[in-house]
Amino acid sequence: MIANLPLWLSILVSAAVVLGSALTLAGCFGLVRLPTFYLRIHAPTMGTSLGGGLILLGSALYFSLTQGRVVFHELAIFVFVTVTTPVTLMLLARATLFRDRVEGGSAVPPSFRKPEPLATEAEMQTGIVETKAD
Amino acid sequence: MTRLFPHPLLSVVLLVFWLMLQQSAGLGHILMGAIVGTIVPLAARPVIGERVGLRRPLKALQLLGVVLVDVIRSNVAVFLVLLSPRPKPTEGFIEMQLKLSHPLGLATLACILTAVPGSAWLEYDQDRSTVLIHVFDLVDADEWVEIVKTRYESLLLEIFP
Repeated sequence: MIANLPLWLSILVSAAVVLGSALTLAGCFGLVRLPTFYLRIHAPTMGTSLGGGLILLGSALYFSLTQGRVVFHELAIFVFVTVTTPVTLMLLARATLFRDRVEGGSAVPPSFRKPEPLATEAEMQTGIVETKAD
Repeated sequence: MTRLFPHPLLSVVLLVFWLMLQQSAGLGHILMGAIVGTIVPLAARPVIGERVGLRRPLKALQLLGVVLVDVIRSNVAVFLVLLSPRPKPTEGFIEMQLKLSHPLGLATLACILTAVPGSAWLEYDQDRSTVLIHVFDLVDADEWVEIVKTRYESLLLEIFP
């Protein structure tokens, strides 16, 4: 299959795929090697941004040229990954922020939200939470 | 018309995505895509408050270009830090006040800051319209806030008024 491609195109496609994979791999190593949670969340984004983008670009180029028609449904993968990554990230980050603020001690900025009222002792014992009507 | 199509742009985008995934523009696929493009925005009406739309499509393209350049630059920067045997980036939190309050604009900004490997959107507070951002390699916090304001927020304010 790849033999039918002109040399410059195989080089271009390979370069995109190898470069994209290298970035993704570096991101994975970063996830393992970096010391704190907040640093770690940055490393995998290399795989979801430029790393993944280059691999998908290589795929789109290759199949467009071998099949003789424009193939660009890789774009859908890129869009969905880009749109859904922040959801996971915020979920993880806010859980960690909450834990760090409760435990204290680390250099996390304080919450600017008003704290939720804790259950009173009576409510804890009976398990019934009285909701006050506004 | 607006009752049937509350978000015309969303309907068109859904139709295009449907055809892209089917890899065909046959009549059957167009019909099915049109049905999806009609039903999904109707079902999403309770969730999406504002009308989905762009004020300045050209500004959106400009923003896409700016983000593309920044994603490449930031990937290279983070990659270089990770290459060192003992990576010691100077991390830091930034709290910044946003003028942007449009939900779609905020969602777009969150996607941008997350897609750029050097920064992560952590928490947004609606009451104070403040966002907490974590930066991988923070040199100058004020300069960083200025970059976000001039490069992304000003364009987003024009796109989502």
